[in-house]
Amino acid sequence: MRKVYSKIESIAGNVITVKAEGIKYGELAEVTTSFGKSLADVIRLNGDTVSLQVYSGGRGVSTGDEVRFLGHPMKVSFSDNLMGRIFTGSGMPRDNGPELTDNLIEIGGPSVNPAKRIIPRNMIRTGLPMIDVFNSLVESQKLPIFSVSGEPYNELLARIAMQAEVDMIILGGMGLKYDDYLFFKDTLEEGGALSRTTFFVHTASDPIVECLLVPDISLAVAEKFALKGKKVLVLLTDMTNFSDAMKEIAITQEQVPSNRGYPGDLYSQLASRYEKAVDFEGAGSITILGVTTMPGDDVTHPVPDNTGYITEGQYYLKNGRIEPFGSLSRLKQQVNGQTREDHRALMDGMIKLYAANLESVEKKSMGFRMSDWDTKLLKYGVIFEKEMMDLTVNIPLEGALDKGWEILADCFTPEETGLKTDMLNKFWPSK
Amino acid sequence: MAVSKGKVTGVNGNMVTVEVEDVVSLNEVAYIEVGKQRLKAEVIRIKGDNAELQVFEMTEGLGIGDLVSFTQEMLSVELGPGLLGQVFDGLQNPLPKLAEECGFFLERGVYLGALPEDKKWDFTPVVKVGDTVEKADTLGTVPEGIFEHRIMVPFNLYDRYTVKEIVPAGSYTIKDTVAKLEDSKGNVIDVTMSFTWPVKRPISEYAERLRPVKPMVTKLRLVDTFFPVALGGTYCIPGPFGAGKTVLQQVTSRNADVDIVIVAACGERAGEVVETLKEFPELIDPKTGKSLMERTMIICNTSSMPVAAREASVYTAVTLAEYYRQMGLNVLLLADSTSRWAQAMREMSGRLEEIPGEEAFPAYLESTIASFYERAGRVRLKDGTEGSVTIGGTVSPAGGNFEEPVTQATLKVVGAFHGLSRERSDARKYPAIHPLESWSKYKGVLNESRTEVARSIIFRGNEVEQMMKVVGEEGTSINDYIIYLKGDFIDSVYLQQNSFDPVDNSVSTERQEHIFNIMFDIITGALDLDSKESARTWFYQLRQKFIDYNGVDWQCADFKKLESEILAMIKEKKTGVDESLLAKQGEE
Repeated sequence: MRKVYSKIESIAGNVITVKAEGIKYGELAEVTTSFGKSLADVIRLNGDTVSLQVYSGGRGVSTGDEVRFLGHPMKVSFSDNLMGRIFTGSGMPRDNGPELTDNLIEIGGPSVNPAKRIIPRNMIRTGLPMIDVFNSLVESQKLPIFSVSGEPYNELLARIAMQAEVDMIILGGMGLKYDDYLFFKDTLEEGGALSRTTFFVHTASDPIVECLLVPDISLAVAEKFALKGKKVLVLLTDMTNFSDAMKEIAITQEQVPSNRGYPGDLYSQLASRYEKAVDFEGAGSITILGVTTMPGDDVTHPVPDNTGYITEGQYYLKNGRIEPFGSLSRLKQQVNGQTREDHRALMDGMIKLYAANLESVEKKSMGFRMSDWDTKLLKYGVIFEKEMMDLTVNIPLEGALDKGWEILADCFTPEETGLKTDMLNKFWPSK
Repeated sequence: MAVSKGKVTGVNGNMVTVEVEDVVSLNEVAYIEVGKQRLKAEVIRIKGDNAELQVFEMTEGLGIGDLVSFTQEMLSVELGPGLLGQVFDGLQNPLPKLAEECGFFLERGVYLGALPEDKKWDFTPVVKVGDTVEKADTLGTVPEGIFEHRIMVPFNLYDRYTVKEIVPAGSYTIKDTVAKLEDSKGNVIDVTMSFTWPVKRPISEYAERLRPVKPMVTKLRLVDTFFPVALGGTYCIPGPFGAGKTVLQQVTSRNADVDIVIVAACGERAGEVVETLKEFPELIDPKTGKSLMERTMIICNTSSMPVAAREASVYTAVTLAEYYRQMGLNVLLLADSTSRWAQAMREMSGRLEEIPGEEAFPAYLESTIASFYERAGRVRLKDGTEGSVTIGGTVSPAGGNFEEPVTQATLKVVGAFHGLSRERSDARKYPAIHPLESWSKYKGVLNESRTEVARSIIFRGNEVEQMMKVVGEEGTSINDYIIYLKGDFIDSVYLQQNSFDPVDNSVSTERQEHIFNIMFDIITGALDLDSKESARTWFYQLRQKFIDYNGVDWQCADFKKLESEILAMIKEKKTGVDESLLAKQGEE
C-alpha cells in the first residue's frame, strides 16, 4: 500500500515539494486537487524533500492536497489499439475513447548503440516532387521543416501524413492551436489516414508540462512499433513550442539561462529526441519530421540553430513552397542513385535552371531588357513553380521525373539544358 | 586507507549528492547501486561530508539512501595492446561488444573491459634480469597490426626498479604477468601488458618537448599550402552547421600523413559516426596497404548519449593519443565537436549552481580548453625517438558567429585556424575554409614568400570584386579586372578541391608544389589581354583545363598532355612578370 502525503510544503510555478521517504528520482505521483487529479513526476530529491513537477500545472493546487506516489516512472500503454486514437501529452484519451492501461512501457528510454546503426538506404516516397525529386526523405532520417509562422507547415505535415509510404504515423502536437488540432483530425479522417495514425496532442491551452512529454511519449511508442517491424514516421509540430516550454520551466526553476533565456542543455535535450530516429537492422525504422518555426525568420535563433546541428538537413518552407536552395537532405545521395538513372542529373539540371530563372526575375524587376534566353527562363520558372513546387501536387517520383522532362522540353532546346548528351538521348520527350 | 562508502542524499538531474563516511578525493570514481545496476559516477565537488557526483548515466530510479561505493581511483582508461581498430564510448566501453551483450540499446550500468582479455600477443622482451628500469621504459614489444607496440613500465610506478624476472619470448594475454620488478624498498611488483591511467592527467614521460616544425600533410591543397598544420600542433575548425566540418574531418582522418588517427565523435550525430564505422574497414590505407581501421580508434559519444560521459570522452581520446605517442608514433586526434564538450561543462556547471560566465559557460572554460589543447605536442622520448600528438578540433558556434566564448577561447590556444564560411559552402566551394579569415602559425610545405604572394592576390581580387559590386564591371579598369580574375582562378583551381573525386580528393605535396608553380606563373604574369571579354574567356578556358588537369592521375599521359596545353596557353599570352604584384608583398 502506497502512502499518501497530504502536506505540500511549497508551490512555485508548476513545481510542488513534499516531505517523503523512499521515493525514486523520476517516479510518478498523482496529485488530487479540488479540480481533479493530475500526474506529477519527481524532478529533484534533496534529503526527504521531494520536488514534483505537476503535469496540469500548479494553479489551484493547495497545500492541503493529497499526493500519492505510484512507485514507477511515467509510462504509456502500448498496443495496436493505439492506432486511430488521440491522446494528451500525458497519455490520456482526448477522443472520448477508452483509457488504455495494458502493456505499459516506459518513456525516454536509453539511446541506440551507434555500433548497431546501419547506413540509411531506403527512400520514403511522399508524392511531393520537391521532396521526392529534389531532397529525398530517407528512412531513419531526422529532418526539420524550418518555417516562419504563418506558413502552411501544418498543411504540409498533414499532406505528408496522408501520402507518405510508411506503415504508420505518429503525430506529436506541441502548443497547437485548437483549430490546428481539429484541422489535423479532420484532414486525416477525410483522407482516410486516421486509422494508421496515433495522435499525441498538446494544445496551446493545455498545461505546459504536458508539452514536454509529447516528443518522449510519441517516440517511445514509435520505438516499440519500429522494433515490431513497422516503418514509422513521427511528425512533430512545433519543436519551437517544445523548446519554449523547456525555457519556461527552466526559468521558473531558477536555472541559469544560456542563450536568449533557453536552458544550457537545449542542444542535448533536442538531440536526445531527434536521435531516436533509427533504422533497426532486421526490424522497422523511425523517421522524424519536425516543424521548427523560426521567430522572425532568423535561422541563428537558438532553436533552429541547435536543430540544424542535430538534424540531417532541413526543408525551408517559404512563401508556401519548399524552397529548393535553403533545403537540403543530407542523406539523399544514399538513395537517389538507385531510383532512376536520370534522377540525379535531372535534379541538378532543373535546379540550376531555376536558379538562372531567379536571376532573370531579378533583372526584370530592375527594369532591364529581357533577352530571348531570359524569356525562356521566365516561362520555365512559372511552369516549374506551378507543376513542381506547389504543395498540392501529388505525383509519384517517376511521374515527377517524366513531368520534369516535359517541362524542360516545353521551355528549352536539349542543348540549352546543360544536361549530359546520353541522358538527353534517352529521356528527351519526342514531339 | 579504506575504501569509502556513502549514501545518496540528493538527486538533481545527473548530479547526485552523497553523504560520505570516510575520506574521498576529487575526481574519484564511485559506483551508485540502483537495484542490480551499478552506475558509474565521478566526484566533482566536496563540501564537508557531502560529495557531489556527476553520474555518467541516466539517473531515473535513484533514491535517497542508495548505497555508493568509492574506488579511490580517478576516471581512468586501460592502456595496452588491442586498442587500435576499436570503437569505444566516452568511458572506453567497446561499443560493438556492448551491442553483442545488450542488443540495440545502450543499457545503463554495463561496463566492459576495453581490451580483449583472451587474445594472445607475441611478446619479445628487450630487458633482462638485473636491468634497472623506471616508468615508461620499454620491457618488451608485441606486434599490433602494423606497429610495434611497446610494453612499458606502467607510468604510475614512481620508483626505480630492478628487473627480477622477465618472461621469455612467447604468447601471452594482457592479464599474464610478463615481468616482476623490485623497488628500492624490496617490494616486488607484478607487471602485465596493460595498466590504467587517469584521463585528466597528461602523460609526460618524455625527455623534452620540441617545437612543432614539421608539417603534417593532409593532402588538402588549401591546408597544406596556405594554412598548414604541424605534427604536434593544434588547429581548430569553427563553422556553422552545414558548412562541411564533419566532411573535412572525415577527409583528414583518411588522408593525413600520420601513423594513428583517433576520431573523437563528441556529442555529434550518430549517423556520421556510422559512416566512418562502416566505411573505414573497407578503405585501404595507401601507405600501408592495410585497412584504414587498423590505424584508427573511434571514441564515440554521440549527442543522445549521457552528457557527463561526453565531457570525459575528449580526455579519454587524448590519453590514448598520448599513450601511442610514447611508442614514437605520430598521432592525430580529431575532436568533433569541442563545442558539445564545452556545453557538457556548461550543463554540469549549471547544476552545481556556479556563477556563470559569458553565455552561461563556466568561468574556467578558457583554462580547460587551453589545458586540453596543450596536451598536443611533439616530443623527444627518453630513448631518443620522436613522437607527436596533433589535435584538430571542430567548433560549432551558435548561429555561426565566431564571437562566442568557445571559438574565442579556442583561438587563443591553437596554432592554426581554419574558419569555415557559410557563404563559401552555399556557393558549393569546398573545402569551405575561408581563405582570407583563416590563419596558421606553422610552416607549410611550400615556399612561404610565394604563397604569401598568392594570398595577397586573392585578397586584392576580393577587394576588386567588392568594388565591382558597387561600380559595375564597366567602372573597373582592365588591370583590376585581371587581378579579380586571377583571384577567382586561384580559388577555383587551387583552393577548391573535390573530396568526392578519386584523384582530386588527396593531392601529394609533390603535386601541390608542381601545380602551384604553374599557377604562380599565371597569377604573377603580365598578360597580354586587352579587353575584359577576352580576359574572361581566356581565364575560363584555362580554368576548365586546369580543373581537368587536377582530375587526372599524377604524371599519367593525360596529365602531361593537359599540362603542355596549359603551358602553351600561358606562353601565348604571358609577356613578362607583373612586378607590382610581387613588390606589393615586399612592402608589407
